[in-house]
Amino acid sequence: MTVIVTFSAVEFASNIVFVKLLALLSRDSQFYAKHIFANCFVNNAFNLRANLRGNNGQQRKQNKMTSHIENQPDYNYTVVRQFTVMTIIWGIVGMGVGVLIAAQLIWPALNFETPWLTYSRLRPLHTNAVIFAFGVCALMATSFYVVQRTCQTRLFGGPLAQVVFWGWQLVILLAAITLPMGYTAGKEYAELEWPIDILIAVIWVIYAIVFFGTIVKRKTSHIYVANWFFGAFIITVAVLHIVNSAAVPVSMMKSYSAYSGAVDAMVQWWYGHNAVGFLLTAGFLGMMYYFVPKQAGRPVYSYRLSIVHFWALVSVYIWAGPHHLHYTALPDWAQSLGMIMSLILFAPSWGGMINGIMTLSGAWHKLRYDPILRFLIVSLSFYGMSTFEGPMMAIKTVNALSHYTDWTIGHVHSGALGWVAMVSIGAVYHLIPNLFGQGNMYSTKLVNVHFWLATVGTVLYIVAMWISGVMQGLMWRAVNSDGTLTYSFVESLQASYPFYFVRFLGGAIFLSGMLIMAYNAYKTIVAPKGSLQPEPQAA
Amino acid sequence: MDYGTFSGLYTGFLIVIFIGIIAWAYSSKNKSSFDKAANLVFADDEAVKPSADNKNAGANL
Repeated sequence: MTVIVTFSAVEFASNIVFVKLLALLSRDSQFYAKHIFANCFVNNAFNLRANLRGNNGQQRKQNKMTSHIENQPDYNYTVVRQFTVMTIIWGIVGMGVGVLIAAQLIWPALNFETPWLTYSRLRPLHTNAVIFAFGVCALMATSFYVVQRTCQTRLFGGPLAQVVFWGWQLVILLAAITLPMGYTAGKEYAELEWPIDILIAVIWVIYAIVFFGTIVKRKTSHIYVANWFFGAFIITVAVLHIVNSAAVPVSMMKSYSAYSGAVDAMVQWWYGHNAVGFLLTAGFLGMMYYFVPKQAGRPVYSYRLSIVHFWALVSVYIWAGPHHLHYTALPDWAQSLGMIMSLILFAPSWGGMINGIMTLSGAWHKLRYDPILRFLIVSLSFYGMSTFEGPMMAIKTVNALSHYTDWTIGHVHSGALGWVAMVSIGAVYHLIPNLFGQGNMYSTKLVNVHFWLATVGTVLYIVAMWISGVMQGLMWRAVNSDGTLTYSFVESLQASYPFYFVRFLGGAIFLSGMLIMAYNAYKTIVAPKGSLQPEPQAA
Repeated sequence: MDYGTFSGLYTGFLIVIFIGIIAWAYSSKNKSSFDKAANLVFADDEAVKPSADNKNAGANL
């Protein structure tokens, strides 16, 4: 199996554990725990319908058993549980592939002379796995959870939620098979070939129907701000994906873009930057607007600011794409427009960050004993850092230094590890006890260890890439007095080696935190219901 | 109307709408409904812990 080949041994072992966990999602833990994991997978699929029906009754029973769980309508938590566990699994897989390709840059022999293990094929696998498997599973889990709880009603569409879950897992599986085999449309973050693109569009529309259907039948009069952000993310990603993936198929697994030349490049980066703006930003801001107030136990600092934040962010982000094409064949006016809009974007980004962090105003002491809250607040700090760095890098003269260097990779990971992954991890630590009838995670100490591993890993990664990137930019532009280049490309590559090692180390540390999370989540899920109670907290 | 004039007017139109959104968000008329909305996060906790934890409920800025 090609998929398995791409996993390292560690990931594979942890996957086995998690296939078991997936079976436990069906709530009948005693029964499933006796089965070997292969059986569990099949049984789980067969029992889905039964679970959908049986879930409510069991949920009520469970509520009686565990007093700390709120009285609530019949929420569909099955799909939230499934997506939450898959978030952890795909996080480990995606980051594991990332660590592997980081190691390949230092030790090229690690591709084992195997075509499907080469850097060029695994790099898109890494980006697709962390964005669309880890990130989107986290977004689907939290959006389904938040929309039900803030609308006070069960998910719309009954079995459609299961179609979204299994459909999305199928998309991920197909990506994990086709990308290492070398099938690619060649567009960054949109590499998947046209049959998979069509499947993505269908599943995404069903996702939208379930989400917006739930909002339509809400029991509350107001639509909470988190749902606005989730909604913008769902609609915009659908539009971006469908427009950018427009292609002419020439065979089952080969197609050519419907656009050509500079227009094709502009459509691609309109898509690419808005995948950052609406998937990796708006979606995760939706997460932030629910889980930060919830975990802090206080409403958001300013609800009015959150409204202005939303409209400013969604109206400006869509114009920032051309900053990926500075000094290219794209018309100059379009480049300047992209730069100006990126600079304006700084304002709503920091407005949102301040709104999130200031929610803790008057309750800062909670950071001392709550590592989950620490994950959420530090993620906002990284969000603030990367949304300062981004507009700065969009300035054409700065971009002349930074573009095509490791600085860009550092910037992306300051957002991806520091913001996206940390806010998701915080949300998952909040979700797991709530979804599996516990008052707390199995070990708060391990959550704290994870927090420090994630922070140290992220800082090592981005600092290494900053230094390496600025160094590369300076070396590439250095000229001798006679106008010839001072350094060859290979000289700049050799100078980057030490930083590649620090990056690998940072990534490995971050990944080790994810493995600790997997263990902690496993112990929480298999613990007898209601046995883990909240620890007494110092006032 | 040439394209330049059109995009100028359109930009002005968007700015007016945006200022309208800010005015709407910060009007004192809407304050209480936004305070209520901000507390939707805790709506389904109330059966268990009636506002014990969220002391700045209602004091939302």
